[in-house]
Amino acid sequence: MKLDKFWISVVVVLVAGFAFTKLVDNEFYFFATYVVLQGLVMAVAWNILGGFTGYVNFGSAGFFALGAYTMVALNKAFGLPLPVMVLIAGTLSGLLGLGVGYISLRLKGVYFAIATLAIALVLETVVNNSHYLGGAAGTYVIQPKESFIFDNYIELLFMFMLLIAVVATAVSRYLSASRLGMGLAAVRDDEVAAECMGVPTLKLKLISTTTMGIFMGLAGSLFPFFVTFVDPVSAFSLLIAVNSIAMPMIGGTAVWYGPVIGALVLGVVQETATVTISSELNLLIVGVMLVGFITMAPRGIVGLYEDYKAKRKGQNNG
Amino acid sequence: MAEPVLKVTDLTKRFGGFVALDTVNMELNDKERLGLIGPNGSGKTTLINCISGALTNEEGTVNFNGEDITQMKAHKRAHMGISRSFQIPKPFGTMSIIENLLVPMEYAAWDRVDHRNLREQAMDILELVGFKDRADENSASLTQVDMRKLELARALAAKPKLLVSDEAMAGLSGSEVDEILEILFALAERSVAIIMIEHIMRAVMRFSERIIVLDAGKKIADGSPDEVVSNPDVEKAYLGE
Repeated sequence: MKLDKFWISVVVVLVAGFAFTKLVDNEFYFFATYVVLQGLVMAVAWNILGGFTGYVNFGSAGFFALGAYTMVALNKAFGLPLPVMVLIAGTLSGLLGLGVGYISLRLKGVYFAIATLAIALVLETVVNNSHYLGGAAGTYVIQPKESFIFDNYIELLFMFMLLIAVVATAVSRYLSASRLGMGLAAVRDDEVAAECMGVPTLKLKLISTTTMGIFMGLAGSLFPFFVTFVDPVSAFSLLIAVNSIAMPMIGGTAVWYGPVIGALVLGVVQETATVTISSELNLLIVGVMLVGFITMAPRGIVGLYEDYKAKRKGQNNG
Repeated sequence: MAEPVLKVTDLTKRFGGFVALDTVNMELNDKERLGLIGPNGSGKTTLINCISGALTNEEGTVNFNGEDITQMKAHKRAHMGISRSFQIPKPFGTMSIIENLLVPMEYAAWDRVDHRNLREQAMDILELVGFKDRADENSASLTQVDMRKLELARALAAKPKLLVSDEAMAGLSGSEVDEILEILFALAERSVAIIMIEHIMRAVMRFSERIIVLDAGKKIADGSPDEVVSNPDVEKAYLGE
């Protein structure tokens, strides 16, 4: 029954998203929701490795930017159809994820996290020095004129990102509920014990890092068309890396819907603050919320809700 | 005589220049209860790490069920039926007790369990170690003795042909030692060959059909409990000259 509910919600969300593009004219709403959805994909992807498998990735922005700059290069060189380029971008960052998975053979814990950060810095240096990709000055990307069945290109990007978000969430949900998810949890809790209990730890870690890489690359792939001007500062932005960690932390890392909730809450707060107060405030909001949740509700919103439920149950029984 | 279930031949393991195990040979027959003893640092845990695959040895071979597993990864060995408990308990801390058992059932014992009633099979094992009513408790908050029991229960959930118990009793009180011993005897009755590493001689003497003694990486005795305790080399290893 639970499965049915999930897939019904998926259909409802996609239909609602499509209706949204037809009913709403103000482009701002699509810009705002696109940013929230982009954060959601990054958060769900981060959580597959960070929450389920226990390997913290500080270099999310590197995967994101790899997706974005792959698009820049492909668009400049071949001008392929958008979905084709998106798939190539996802594949490339998936391969980077695979490589990162092999790093986990030698590095654990905080050292692994530092290595991922280093990878992002290496990629940023490469982009900074690549004339073809626009270097440090950045490069313009021109949105195509036709926007398929949508009124304008931003609506198309919004719908595409919504689709990626739904796929990412479905994959994450499958991973957490399956035998694979149980294996990942065993790796997270104790890798040595997991291996001795027959869990093929390396294989599972590679699946986890690759899936994470694919979705982060997909999240970044539409970015150049979304902003139409890409430079290393925006593509490798600290906010992207911090948000990908903060959203799962705020929502709850243990379950698939934790990062979804976290992304919606934090994303909506950030977008609202951007319009009503100032766009410079974003990083401060993340920081304050992250500190607040880590100290007062380390298991996130999901944990808070579970505690509340347990307490009520206790009162009813007592 | 039947083929031994485990056969270790000329196994040598070095850590840098330090020789942790020096040309060790040993055999274990099906359903046999073997005690593995030796002073601290004599190489007991290294030996079972080489058997279970947590470490790989560069020299010598390990055969299990007639197959050379020397280069095999630990999780594959677990699939073949080698299971172990850890000296320092390593529970899957975010999982409940029964979920801890489901992991080896879903992985190591994948080919050997009936997948229709995994939970019931896990409950059978929990009953054996006395956790029948505590299946859904979180495993991270258990007491030391309960964690040891969980270690054994989880190792058993892998449906092993060979179970290695690494100091399951260290630091436990007398009555707790008896509890663990009873569990180990119950496991042996399920036709599992067992290697027991232990410092508590009372337990080793009672449990083992045969005892192997390691000292400074070398096997210095291999025989029945009575033979081993009267062996002058063993006495020297423990008490000095």
